[in-house]
Amino acid sequence: MRSVDADLIRQPASVLAAAISEGEVSSLEVTKAHLARITEVDERVHAFLQVTGEAALAAAELVDEKRRAGAKLGALAGVPIAVKDVLTMRGVPTTCGSKILEGWRPPYDSTVVARLRAADMVILGKTNMDEFAMGSSTEHSAYGPTHNPWDLTRIPGGSGGGSAASLAAFEAPLAIGTDTGGSIRQPAAVTGTVGVKPTYGGVSRYGLVALASSLDQAGPCARSVLDAALLHSVIAGHDPRDSTSINAPVPDVVGAANRGDVRGLRIGLVKELSGAGYQAGVLQRFNEAVELLQGLGAEVVEVSCPNFDYALGAYYLILPAEASSNLARFDGMRYGLRAGDDGSNSVEQVMSLSREAGFGAEVKRRIMLGTYALSSGYYDAYYGQAQKVRTLITRDFNAAFDKADVLISPTAPTTAFKIGEKVDDPLAMYLNDIATIPVNLAGNCAMSLPVGLAPADGLPVGLQIMAPPMADDRLYLVGSALESALTDKWGHLLIEEVPSL
Amino acid sequence: MTAITRQEVAHLAKLARLDLTATELDHYAEQLAVILQSVARISEVAADDIPPTSHPVPVENVFRDDIAYPGLDRAEVFASAPATQDDRFRVPRILDEEQA
Repeated sequence: MRSVDADLIRQPASVLAAAISEGEVSSLEVTKAHLARITEVDERVHAFLQVTGEAALAAAELVDEKRRAGAKLGALAGVPIAVKDVLTMRGVPTTCGSKILEGWRPPYDSTVVARLRAADMVILGKTNMDEFAMGSSTEHSAYGPTHNPWDLTRIPGGSGGGSAASLAAFEAPLAIGTDTGGSIRQPAAVTGTVGVKPTYGGVSRYGLVALASSLDQAGPCARSVLDAALLHSVIAGHDPRDSTSINAPVPDVVGAANRGDVRGLRIGLVKELSGAGYQAGVLQRFNEAVELLQGLGAEVVEVSCPNFDYALGAYYLILPAEASSNLARFDGMRYGLRAGDDGSNSVEQVMSLSREAGFGAEVKRRIMLGTYALSSGYYDAYYGQAQKVRTLITRDFNAAFDKADVLISPTAPTTAFKIGEKVDDPLAMYLNDIATIPVNLAGNCAMSLPVGLAPADGLPVGLQIMAPPMADDRLYLVGSALESALTDKWGHLLIEEVPSL
Repeated sequence: MTAITRQEVAHLAKLARLDLTATELDHYAEQLAVILQSVARISEVAADDIPPTSHPVPVENVFRDDIAYPGLDRAEVFASAPATQDDRFRVPRILDEEQA
């Protein structure tokens, strides 16, 4: 690889965008450098399921032409981006990591993809994920796991492991993830990158293949807080095509990221999201970050959210219930895999055979769990009770936000584990999301950013910042202040320490 | 309330339109019981008088202006369909043999 390419792929998106807009480098050069990097390393990382090289080069040339013609360009014009394979992109295979959608070419763009295109961003391809976003390791992808660039024998988190790994491997400067129980934040934590789950309804779900409709939210993945803010402002905002989309102005996330200030801010430590079950090195780096925030002028208070102890249980009833209903659409009739259509099998038999052949183990497990939770006789005890617990979790958040402007916790209880370690142990796998799930249930917003490497294994640790609904700017205010302080301490962003592949 | 038998799993699979193998039925009977036992902890919470939350943002009756938008392109839709005939989706027979 030429050294200029090697330099380009390590640049922040904000720097690339400025250089492209000033004409110091073309979008075509930047795009070629990233495509070359993908060719060089993705066989080992497997962050991508689909690389749309030709379309990316064409899009980059178009941006360069527009710039030469003097057209006004967006803040991230010409910057390449990777998109999680759960968002539809017209004419480009969208699989959701599942065999049941192998080869499906959506006839429409999701709103997120449409906004990326409208902002003149260059889409490099679709990233790997746990099948239908069910998982915390990307091992449940039907197309094989993604490897963590920090240690290729370890998981990159999930379900958005492909998006996070593409950033840590310098294959893309930005990526889109989706977060139903932590699928943006936990991969960010274990790959030393930044990930944000916006307020529910902040980013349109139109064209986001639904896992659990009341929990799903797309958001930005980046290597720095400012880059995440720039992407957040591109994709967020009201969309009449999503009836749950919030019709209000997008919080000024870029302004907050540029300001980065915690002086006088009350930061709440959530008692229930720490202690037993959290790896020593995770807690050590977390506690150091808390001290750093205090040193920057934040007031740290302890808050208690007693019902968070029941969040995992409520989530693993609500999510499968919604998923079993949402995934009923994959029946092999209008799109996707059809099996056993031999002229004698009935439509119901063909549906059952198609779903059996097309879905993987975790998807089937959750479909049956959801079917059980919704079945008569169990509905009140399981789904009904889980919805009540959900109310109590929201009330815990409301009480905590009376005492603090933002809440913090470790993002995940452990650093990246080995591929294969938990793949057929659903309960062990589900515990990865213990700290991230409450936010999805309540619908507010959260960010994960890197706060160091755990001393015992040298792997990244993430800190989670949680803010009230539509106060997404606070995530960036705190995240940016903490990131600057850490960068001053280390002399660089944590991601600079990732081993070269 | 957390024990789940192989027969129950077979029934769930039927409801969910999954033609599971015998091995899968055994495996899931075991795993679903463990998962249900773990999530059943939520019954400890006294929540009789608590209203349920089905959705994090309480919105209702969202309307948009009645403007016609172009639909999906037929050729594109059919290009990804498993089977088509006469410009329509072709599906297997919908009646059981005794009903046919």
